[in-house]
Order: sequence, then structure tokens, then C-alpha cells
Amino acid sequence: MKSDLIAIRAEDLGKSYRIGRGARASTLAERLVNAVRHPFGTGAGEPFWALRDASFDITRGQAVGIIGRNGAGKSTMLKLLSRITTPTTGWAELHGRVGSLIEVGTGFHPELTGRENVYLNGAILGMRKHEVARRFDEIVEFAGIAPFIDTPVKRYSSGMYMRLAFAVAAHLDAEILVIDEVLAVGDLEFQRKCLGKMGEVAGAGRTVLFVSHSLHAISTLTTRTLVLEQGRIAFDGSTTDGLAFYRQLQSAGADSPHAYRAPAGRSGVHLIDGRVLTSISDGLQRHGDPFALAFNLDVPVPVSQLCFSVHIMDETDRAVNHFWIYGDGPEFRNATGQFRVRIDVPKYRLVLGRYTVTVWVTDRATHTIYEHLTNLCPFEITMDGLSRADYDWSPDMMVYAEDYTWDVSRI
Amino acid sequence: MSEAVSEARVVRIGAGASSPFRTVREIWNYRDLFGALGVRDLRLRYRQTALGVAWVVLQPLLAAGIFSFVFGLVAKVPTDGQPYLLFSLAALTGWNFFSSVLTRASTSLIQNPQLVTRVYFPRLILPLAVVPAALVDLLVTLAMFLVIALSQGRTPGAAILALPLALGLLGALALGTGFAAAALAVRYRDVQYLLPVAIQLALYASPIAYSSSAVPARWLWAYYANPLAAPIELMRWSLLGTPAPTAGRLLFSVGAALLLCLAGAWIFRRIEQSFADEI
Repeated sequence: MKSDLIAIRAEDLGKSYRIGRGARASTLAERLVNAVRHPFGTGAGEPFWALRDASFDITRGQAVGIIGRNGAGKSTMLKLLSRITTPTTGWAELHGRVGSLIEVGTGFHPELTGRENVYLNGAILGMRKHEVARRFDEIVEFAGIAPFIDTPVKRYSSGMYMRLAFAVAAHLDAEILVIDEVLAVGDLEFQRKCLGKMGEVAGAGRTVLFVSHSLHAISTLTTRTLVLEQGRIAFDGSTTDGLAFYRQLQSAGADSPHAYRAPAGRSGVHLIDGRVLTSISDGLQRHGDPFALAFNLDVPVPVSQLCFSVHIMDETDRAVNHFWIYGDGPEFRNATGQFRVRIDVPKYRLVLGRYTVTVWVTDRATHTIYEHLTNLCPFEITMDGLSRADYDWSPDMMVYAEDYTWDVSRI
Repeated sequence: MSEAVSEARVVRIGAGASSPFRTVREIWNYRDLFGALGVRDLRLRYRQTALGVAWVVLQPLLAAGIFSFVFGLVAKVPTDGQPYLLFSLAALTGWNFFSSVLTRASTSLIQNPQLVTRVYFPRLILPLAVVPAALVDLLVTLAMFLVIALSQGRTPGAAILALPLALGLLGALALGTGFAAAALAVRYRDVQYLLPVAIQLALYASPIAYSSSAVPARWLWAYYANPLAAPIELMRWSLLGTPAPTAGRLLFSVGAALLLCLAGAWIFRRIEQSFADEI
């Protein structure tokens, strides 16, 4: 391969974090105490490899997807390639200007107007002032918020805010675009628009590296896919084969298939663990029985508008239930510590089929996504013991069954 | 996309810090971000609070008022023959610039975890970008000082041309310390509690509330080991014509400022790589 055709080359890229004792000392006093208690230890804990031995070449104009289960190393890979953090081992070379979108709207300030935020955010993404000025009208038009451009963004609806934030990012003139899950926000129509815009970008000869939970987005936007598993590249090839490989990997299942536990080394606001409490046995729920979801949440820093919500997804990745705690109620708002969150459904009415859990932990004020975990806690619903005459149960006859009575009388 | 442009833009990622030359060039490439962050701070300050500009003026005025009472009226410290209010205010204007650059630079990283964990840019931009807003505050307080001085029939002479040198020194001392403090604060949160105490100490160790003529002659060498002393006296000399610091003491401060900036940037760049992992 000629070297001038290469956009990204990575060689043995690896990143380790220290976990365990001593790793989280954040004050001088704590470090001193550690040093006194363990005079002969390094006090640094065990290394945890978030990413290891990653080597690959990406040619110019290629659109590459990165998929993997939660904690497989996707975010670490993106953070390394976008230079937010530095590798522990190996190196990478990026040929061309890199635009990285780990989230949209970074640095948006609620008190500033839309116009002021566009310039600020553009500068944060590495755009020159004259570049933002040149594309300003385009950005505003794409976002569709022209009448509000001189209004402070704190008065924007959540949708308007996201549209403006994405619009700035979408107009970044970079030869290499590194994108993480930015499509996970906004309404459906706008998501389609963004997908279209990114398709345009990928088609325009720019190199795109795209991490997503959405297999649909990966298959429409990319031709090549890297599948990460436990910090290593487990598959590198065509997207079609990659998706097949990934599905197989998922069904092979983890050690405890009906529960989730945060990967070692996870810090910040995060989900510690989660499980479904099913009525018959682990992972098996009878239709109409009580059902519960239990989570533990770690909130190390106070977040003023912390939101927690859960989707139950069916086999086609469609959300069939939404459980949420928004508003002023929850105790985890503006507080620190660990919190137990339990959702109880007295009579669960979903019918026959396989389901998974998606968890969102977000901050409504800054539009930060702390967690977006998908395919957690797979469980199955049966209609066992609920017999009906004449016709058997089948999975596609309905989405949920309501309580009802018949009233039939001769007239 | 031309070959030449792309080849010129090869970025190499690896363990270990990039060269200082490269860092400087990158900061230059991101100069618009420096401007945008500076403008943001200014807008927020003067938009959010009803008293916006007034606070900037009131703060040193209140401090000078308290000093006037405690040191001017009660303790009657020497002021080189100046009215106490003008005497302390002249130094406080520069001192406030120093302490606000240092304080804000030191928290510039830990107050922007979003930026540090989500986007790449040369991190030194963050402590540097506190300067524009502090500079505007300084201009406002200087204007206030001049109004008061003129109302008392005091017109600054040609010495006022030395003002940029005094302020440049104070700014450089603040930034050098600020670089180190900002980086260390990411690792050790103690820094944010220690720093205000240290700044308070430095205030009394510098010739602000009193004249250095009150310091016993045999201790003067130790007194001027504080690199803030000479630029503050230079500032007061340029505004009020009080005795100027000697060239030697001034040169010492210039050297200290340079050294602090280099050392601060060095410490910053050493810790920089783990910012996103530790913040």
C-alpha cells in the first residue's frame, strides 16, 4: 500500500489504566497516607488494559465502523485517535486534519446566544474564526433555527439545542472525521438528516471513523468494520462480515448473561451494575407476573439535572417500554454517592419474545451522556401456564396484552 | 485535498510529550480558540451580573478602604509621603491583576472537565485564555485609579510608560505559577485550598499595604527574594512617583518570571498527558 494513500496508521496501540488500591487518590493527603501504609508497594494498583495491540491501516476516503460490547475499548480507541488521551504503548499516525466528535455541543454555554455558541464551539472543534464565519449561514440553515440565533441557548428546546450543536460539527472541514455516537440524540427526523449528512461526508472522499451502537447506522455508513472485544481487535474486515461476527459474539453471551456489571476501571458518573428480576427463573419472565429492574448508580460529582431512564427493546431493536425518572424528584440529583434505583412493574404485559435493556444516564442541563448502554440483561417472556383454547400463542400477534372483559349478548 | 497540505499535517500520536517547538506552533494554530474563550469569559462576566463592571471597581476600592483604615489610620505605616488611599490603590490594581490571573488559571482545567475529556486542543490554551478577561478588569480599575488621582490633582508623568513592563512581569509571574497550579490541581485537589492561602500570604509579603522602607535594611535581601516586590514598586513608581526599585532587583524579577513560566509550562506538559484520565 502506498504510504500517501494512508489516512490513519496504528501500530500496537495500547492504553492501560491503573485500578485498585491507590489508583483513585486525588489529594496529596491520600497519597501520603497510601505511601505510609504501603511503603514497599508502588501504591498504584494493577494495570487494566482498555485497549491492546491495536494495529491497522485505514486508506483515504474509507468509512470504517467500530463496534463492540460495552467496555470493549471503543471509547478508548476514539480518545486515543482524537488525541484526548495518550497511548501507553505503540503509536498512530494521522495524515490530514482530524475532526473529532466525541459529543456534540462541547463547550456550549447556556447564557450565550446561538450565534456566540456557534463561534465558541467551532473554535473548540479547531475551526478558524473565518471558517466559521464563511459557513455560518449554512450552519444556521441546517439547524433550522434562524429566528432564534440571537437568543440565549438556555431558552432553546432540547431538540433545537441538539440541532444547532450537530450543525456546527457537521460543517467541520476535516479530512479525517472521528465520530462517536452523536446520532444517538435528537428526534428521528433529525437523525435521518444527520445520517444523510454523514453519508455525504463519507462519499466526499473524507475518511470517517464511526463508533456506534446502532448496527443500522454502521451498515448504511461504513464499508469496513473493526469489532473490538475485551480491548483487542477481534475482527477487521467488510462491514457485512463484521456485523455477522458481532451478532455471533453477542449471542455467545457474557459470563453472567442476565446481569450487567461495569467494566473494571470505569469512573465518573456511571452505572455500577444492573439486573432484571424475572418471575420464573433467571432471565425468564411470565407474562402478567410482577417484574422489576434493579440498578446501582455511582455519582461521584453532583449533577444538577441528572436523568436516568431505561428502554426495553424488542428483537428488532424497537423500544417497547420506557421507564424514566426525570423532574425534581430523584435523590441522585445534585448529590454524590451511590444510589440504588429500582423499577417495579406490578403486572408486566409484554408478550412472548426476547427483550433487552437499554440504559441512559444523562445530564439534561449540559446534554452530557454519561451512559448509553445497550443490549443489557437479555430476558425472555413466556406465556407458559397461560393457556388459551383454539389458538396457540405466537410472538408476532401483539406487542402487549391488555386486561379486558368481553360482553357478548344476544340482541 | 492536495498532497502537500496533507503531508504537512501528519500528526503522530505516541507515549511521551511532543516537542516544545511543536506545542508552541499548535497553540498558535489554535489562537482563535484563545480568543473565543477570552470573549466568552468577558461576555459572561459583564452580562450575568447586574453590577458587572461595578464589582470590578468596587473590589479593589473596598480592599483599599480597609487597608486605609487598618494600616493608614490605625497602624500609620509609612507610605513614602503619599496619601494612603492612592498609595495602596496603585499597588492593589496590579495585585488584583496578578491574583485574578493566577486564581483563574489554576482552576481553568478542573472547571472545564467537559473540554478536557471530549475534545483535543493544546491544553495550555485554557490557563492562557484567562488573561483577556483579567486584562479588561485591569483596564477598568486603572481608569478608576486615574480618575481618583486626577481628582486629587495628581497627573502621572512620563514614568507611566513603565506600566506595561510592571504589568507584564506580574502577568508572567501569575501565568508561570498558574500553569503549574492548574496541572497539579488535576492530580491533587488540595491545590485549590492551598492556593488562596498562599496568595493571601504573598499579599502581605509584598509592598502593597506598606512601603518597603518599613522593612529593616538587613532583611531587604530576603524581602526582595519575593519576585512580586519589584514589579509592584515599579507600578507604584510609574503611577505615583514613589521610589523606584533598583535595576538589579527588577532584573531578578525578570529572571524569576522567565524561569517560573518555563518551569510552570514544563510541569504542565509533564502532567498534561494524563489530564483526561485523571480529571
